[in-house]
Amino acid sequence: MRAVPTIVRYALEESLRRRVFLIVLVLTAAFLGLYALGAREAFQEVEEFGEESGLGGALDEQTLTGATLLGLAMFATLFLGAVLAVFLTLAVVRGDAERGLLQPLVVRPVGRVTLLAGRYLAAAVVCSVYVVGVFSATAGITYWAGGWWPDRFAQPAAELAAAAVVIAALSLLGSVFLSATANGIAVFMLFGAGLVAGLLGQIGEALASERLTDISRAASWALPFEALYQDGLSAISSESFGLTSQALQLGPFGGAQAGGAALVPWTIAYLAVVGVLGALAFSRRDL
Amino acid sequence: MAAALQARGLAKRYGGIDALAGVDLEVGEGELVGLLGPNGAGKSTLVKIACGLVRPSGGSAEVCGARAGTREARRSLGYLAELFRFPGWHDADEVLALHQRLARSTGGAAERAELLELVGLTEARKRKVDAMSKGMQQRLGIAQALVGQPPLLLLDEPTSALDPAGRRTVRGLLEELRRRRVAVLLNSHLLSEIELVCDRVVILARGRVVAAGRPEDLARPRGVEIDTDAGTQTFPEASRDDAPRLVAKLVEGGERVYGVRVLSTTLEETYLSAVGDEAT
Repeated sequence: MRAVPTIVRYALEESLRRRVFLIVLVLTAAFLGLYALGAREAFQEVEEFGEESGLGGALDEQTLTGATLLGLAMFATLFLGAVLAVFLTLAVVRGDAERGLLQPLVVRPVGRVTLLAGRYLAAAVVCSVYVVGVFSATAGITYWAGGWWPDRFAQPAAELAAAAVVIAALSLLGSVFLSATANGIAVFMLFGAGLVAGLLGQIGEALASERLTDISRAASWALPFEALYQDGLSAISSESFGLTSQALQLGPFGGAQAGGAALVPWTIAYLAVVGVLGALAFSRRDL
Repeated sequence: MAAALQARGLAKRYGGIDALAGVDLEVGEGELVGLLGPNGAGKSTLVKIACGLVRPSGGSAEVCGARAGTREARRSLGYLAELFRFPGWHDADEVLALHQRLARSTGGAAERAELLELVGLTEARKRKVDAMSKGMQQRLGIAQALVGQPPLLLLDEPTSALDPAGRRTVRGLLEELRRRRVAVLLNSHLLSEIELVCDRVVILARGRVVAAGRPEDLARPRGVEIDTDAGTQTFPEASRDDAPRLVAKLVEGGERVYGVRVLSTTLEETYLSAVGDEAT
């Protein structure tokens, strides 16, 4: 395991030299710029609407707008984090082996588990820093645009980061079995499946359908990045109540389910299982 | 003293196909062994098992006394894959520095400079891999395999992308490795190259060893040719010991003798005879 820092450095250098970070920074800056523009406009529109409709007393427009906007930003942040996680890990084993990049490294006395751990650590650190950074920036922009700050900040930031780390782990596991393109497609489909499960849950809540809610809950736990995202989403407006809370539930980023106390230990156990499976599969794989 | 590489009954099955079907092979300390065989004979599989990239289905392989694939075994070998690539953004010096860190080599800049000189890449020390020709990358691959001074080198088609000058450089390098007592298993299709540098040759076909020995021992007598004023006369059943008697007889018969050649099969002929239909 002493070679882990060398592998982490190698992985980070690879991303730097391939200009992954540069592209991500440019696109993120564009996203944040658009978000700032949209948030400013949305707060102004809602303020005018509130004054005209006379709902000002019962409905906290600032919270409704801020939570909805930040919910949208969290979705975008998770998506960007997922893209980064997938592109940093999709070709680590089979993809690199097919290109002949892996063999010279694997025959060195570093061990396959060390190699996998190093690549995972690099991806996890990069994704976590990125997701927390973008979430912080969007929260700051929301405050600048409308004076609204989420009820909880650290928890959703950490949960979004953990969600990206889970996606990186799944992508790394997939890279042991699948070629780079197939793995990328598979992980994005899993990501999509998780989001669809979340939406099903919202529909189930609105229709009071226990079956839909159960399906959604099961899918969220099977793909815990979705449960983490939902938990973070519910945390940003956890202290809202009354009509504001009801209005948030009806919105596109409302109705989020809190994960409960089991979410963190489940995520840790999930990552451990995915890690062990990846290490076992890689150590038995012919290259 | 343990052999640099020892395989006993080595087998590898991919689905229903036997890539290796019980191979026994030994590479002694400082010995240069050439591995020959047609495509699909199992050469690359054998080399990959030795360096731990592929797990055997049966038998055993040891590198310097350690089970192939273990950390101890990998510490004792250098490997050049048939198909390999280094990160294009690294220069030659950075590639070697990365492998020094992974191999825990303490050779530092001096080792890197020596290895680059050995493969004729001193001038390209700071050239990015992306800007190197395939031949240069192959020579860099050989330098990479030598990082940490391993006692065993496994070279899988090391000259496949080299021009004649590059091949000569590699031949010189192999001679130098022999001088340094580094054991080498050289997997190549180039019989002339194997014949020129290897102490022993092992020929594989259908996953089995079909011939093995020193190149000169593998050659079979093919008669004697004598140039006379009447033309070249061939005595296919004659051996080297028969040559003086044959010359004397021709001279007695009034013929002038200008030259005598003892014929033997080439390594190519031995190879073709050993692998049979597989060669085609």
